[in-house]
Amino acid sequence: MHNAFPDTMQMIRRNLLLYFRLPQLVVFSSIQPVMFVLLFVYVFGGAINTPGVKYVNYLLPGILVQTVLFGSMMTGIGLAADLSKGIIERFRSLPIWRGAVLAGRTISDVIRNIFVILLMTGVGYAIGYRFQGNFGDALLALFIMLLFGFAFSWISALIGIAVKDVETAQSAGFIWVFPLVFASSIFVPVQTMPDWLEAFARNNPISHVANVVRSLSLGSTLEKGELWISFVWMLGLVAVFAPLAIKKYRKAG
Amino acid sequence: MNHPEIVRYIEKAQQAQMTEGEIRDALFRAGWVPGDIIEAFQSVKGSFASDLPAPRHNTMISAYGVKKYFGDVKALEGIDLEVPMGSVLALLGPNGAGKTTLVKIMTTLLSPTEGSVHIGGYDVAREGSKVREIIGLAGQHAAIDEYLTGRENLQLIGRLCHLEEDRVKRKSEELLQRFDLLDAADRSAKTYSGGMRKRLDLAASLMSNPQVVFLDEPTTGLDPRSRNELWSIVKELVATGVTILLTTQYLEEADHLADQIAVIDHGRLIAKGTSRELKSMIGGEILDFHVTRHEMIHRAGEAIGNLGTEKPRIDEASGHVTLPVKQGSQALIEAVRRLDMAHVPLEDIILRRPTLDEVFLKLTGHPAENEHA
Repeated sequence: MHNAFPDTMQMIRRNLLLYFRLPQLVVFSSIQPVMFVLLFVYVFGGAINTPGVKYVNYLLPGILVQTVLFGSMMTGIGLAADLSKGIIERFRSLPIWRGAVLAGRTISDVIRNIFVILLMTGVGYAIGYRFQGNFGDALLALFIMLLFGFAFSWISALIGIAVKDVETAQSAGFIWVFPLVFASSIFVPVQTMPDWLEAFARNNPISHVANVVRSLSLGSTLEKGELWISFVWMLGLVAVFAPLAIKKYRKAG
Repeated sequence: MNHPEIVRYIEKAQQAQMTEGEIRDALFRAGWVPGDIIEAFQSVKGSFASDLPAPRHNTMISAYGVKKYFGDVKALEGIDLEVPMGSVLALLGPNGAGKTTLVKIMTTLLSPTEGSVHIGGYDVAREGSKVREIIGLAGQHAAIDEYLTGRENLQLIGRLCHLEEDRVKRKSEELLQRFDLLDAADRSAKTYSGGMRKRLDLAASLMSNPQVVFLDEPTTGLDPRSRNELWSIVKELVATGVTILLTTQYLEEADHLADQIAVIDHGRLIAKGTSRELKSMIGGEILDFHVTRHEMIHRAGEAIGNLGTEKPRIDEASGHVTLPVKQGSQALIEAVRRLDMAHVPLEDIILRRPTLDEVFLKLTGHPAENEHA
């Protein structure tokens, strides 16, 4: 345990170095959200009615949440890659803190998400998006998105360790995320959906987080309830999935 | 060899009311080898020595009654092994025999269902972190980061082993040089050949100066030249006093490297001994020939029938005959003479070592099947 910090730092350093060596990975995973922004703003945007708000200002906070969510799926893919190559076995045979591999992986994906959020915000600014809150709002929005990504990283970690194969981790990681993303307030106001779907979308944790980030971005009054529900969801996800992932990891290999 | 300094230290520490575990840790941190510590404990009179874990003389690896079940699958069904310090044990067996499972248990990656394993005197189940301090593992895959350079791969492992920074640098340079990777040290490992990857992987497992090294099929998939290089590295390692357990599917490899060979099949040890002992068990060498005209094969079989330690094995379709023999060269001369007298023309005839298949056939009565192949 006394080596928890240095060992985790080494793992973070390694993971970030690998991302850095593979810029195409970051570039390609950023192209997709950029295309989503362009698609929704220029193709569907005209047909989507967001009263009182320019659609790009409505959409972009949602896209950021989506991007972070997809980015957190890299956690499981990275772990599956390391497992299939026997690298996790090597790490587990070293005298390192046992949590270092998972902690290092999830934290490096948080750091990676910071870059992706900044990049996507830049793209947003280029097509007319403006953040209307103050500096504190921006920091809070960033914090919530990173925590959100961290929480989903643990779900992704569990999947990655369970499937042990990059291709499977890729499809198993995204297949359940897509419906969650579309049945949420990321792209359109949930009021426009049929009742049964609206009920689901309203209670979708992704909607709660997207609503909080959107309020902060629009500089409008933040509903305290949404904020608390978001936190409870995220902490709950970590509380459930981190132990499961750790348990699975201890038996992996 | 006994170290009086350790003995004196233990005696003083006992007077100072230190527990056995504390003394062992202190000695280990000071850089003493577990085997020496264990030995010193044994020569100290007093209450400690009696409850030392696995106080076997000079034994670096010991396994007693190790079983591992995965649900209904019995991967290991009671393995007993001892490997003395500074020696090489080869675990020989086909795919699926349980070799890798045993290595995983010994390197703390899996826990045994039953039985106990001690490495350098530490119990893998209760003192896993101590075990990991003194072992190195090179698994079946070359566990290297392809997008890091060779040097970065080694430095990462060195830092994860908590070596001081200048030690990380020195040790990685030393290993790069020793494993002939200096020229490629700044290239990403993605560009490495299979042999280079295996060498880098082995180098990584040696960064922490381990006293016990586990090599899981170190030469599988390597070309003969890379294999020979790896063999000489293993020999150098042993010469420095490192204890090695390696797994292999090749009798030749076990023969070449190991002081002791343990043959494993379906989770059980079916034979154990030096390569000489094992060979005498299976009858020396194999006389192996093809007849030119297949219909003469039975005449050939009759001619050499009583020459070997067993009946000849005859494959009619290919005209192939094999026969285990004791005095190889004499048997060869005699066989050629008799076949000539019987007017059986030969396509070829050789004298060779038994293959793993033949060892298995002899020891188990069934051929070595590759369950995962």
